[in-house]
Amino acid sequence: MRFVDEFRDSAKARALAGAIAATCPPQSHYKLMEVCGGHTHTIYRHGIERYLPANVELIHGPGCPVCVIPMGRVDDAVWLSKQEDVTLTCFGDLMRVPGRNGSLLDASAAGADVRVVYSPLDALRIAEREPGRRVVFFAIGFETTTPSSAVTILQAHQRGVRNFSVFCNHVTIIPPLRAVLDAPDVGIDGFIGPGHVSAVTGCEVYLPLAHEYHRPVVVSGFEPLDVLQSVLMLVRQLASGRCEVENQYSRAVTWTANARARAVVEEVFELRPVFEWRGLGEVPWSALRPRAKYAAHDAEAAFAVPGTRSRDPRACQCGEVLRGKLKPYQCRVFAKACTPEHPIGTCMVSAEGACAAYYNFSADRKAATSWQTA
Amino acid sequence: MALRAPAATTVRWSMMCLGIPALVVEIETPTTCWVDVGGARRKVNTSVLDDAAGRRVAPGDWVLVHVGFALARLDPDEARSTLDMLESMEAVYTTELDALAGSESAGG
Repeated sequence: MRFVDEFRDSAKARALAGAIAATCPPQSHYKLMEVCGGHTHTIYRHGIERYLPANVELIHGPGCPVCVIPMGRVDDAVWLSKQEDVTLTCFGDLMRVPGRNGSLLDASAAGADVRVVYSPLDALRIAEREPGRRVVFFAIGFETTTPSSAVTILQAHQRGVRNFSVFCNHVTIIPPLRAVLDAPDVGIDGFIGPGHVSAVTGCEVYLPLAHEYHRPVVVSGFEPLDVLQSVLMLVRQLASGRCEVENQYSRAVTWTANARARAVVEEVFELRPVFEWRGLGEVPWSALRPRAKYAAHDAEAAFAVPGTRSRDPRACQCGEVLRGKLKPYQCRVFAKACTPEHPIGTCMVSAEGACAAYYNFSADRKAATSWQTA
Repeated sequence: MALRAPAATTVRWSMMCLGIPALVVEIETPTTCWVDVGGARRKVNTSVLDDAAGRRVAPGDWVLVHVGFALARLDPDEARSTLDMLESMEAVYTTELDALAGSESAGG
């Protein structure tokens, strides 16, 4: 068992495709939203849509943390990177996200000390090694990533690393899905649930989607067979009128939450009353910030962060893409003014963004090579 | 591992939400262990990894690694049962294809 190759077998994919097609009633049309950007990437990289009948349409959701960050928060991060003695650290995806006055990469080129880290613990290590620097970690991510920031803040607190703080942009998965479903013209029949978020939250977190909104949810792994099997499980539910939370990714995800992760997150963070999302606007109780006890490690308490509100560029339609209203190629600047080399919107920046995934793999150039053939 | 920002002209794809299956090879402290990821050895933090049936993580376990943290244990029995299900489906499908190919009315 390697936990990867076994889930890329093309013969099994054809069998799944046959079962999906056979399950869909003749006149049915199912719109399934894959919540997570990791799934969007898998779908394009492996050409999953070629295996689906015309009855099944995949809609890309708001689960890419780079894509949903509003421009104002990027502007605040750029502002932080320009403060005296500040070293701004972040995941690589964030470097090229355009702000009103350029990206962090532009700030770095202009002399700011911006460094890419693999883990927030690497940022803490920089702070310990360079006590003369004020190290800020630009934290983003859903429940998957929040525990790592919480552990890092706890370590900083316990070791008294005073020159370390976190610019916190951690968000939670259920409020944006409620926002998508509360929109007046929602056309989503079911959800492919985010596997790695669920490895922390457990499957039970999606029960409101099934019980209140009557949409089935199947928590899915990230290999191509995982996604196809999840589509089959959703289509079976829909065709038989069921509406449940099911777990396709049982090798990594349990029904209940990861108790250790939840405990450390609850110790360090509290909910913000409101947070702005790209494409969704202000969503109440949808994001986290460090508790007052850890204010010394909260960049928004340690610095006079301006709290910039910037409107997205007018040409950019990331908002519609994130709500599943537009396909990437339907955006008016897609592949013209907006490309991975010169992104206008966030969806073109991250490899998990729908636009970047579509741009890179839509010609099926690479999809054919990624399968294991027996 | 901290890197300076890449040059502006290079576009590097990174996947921040990725979780990578990794094999535990050595327990270092109660909150850290060494894992093998595709032949490379890396230290990961295990402080948010839940105990399975009261047992802490041990060499030979597979874990899901995300930004330097082991988030979840990968369960080989569950992986096996998912694959068994897929294999049986493949078998049914192949049998059906064979039956279709052997049928006199197929395509006629």
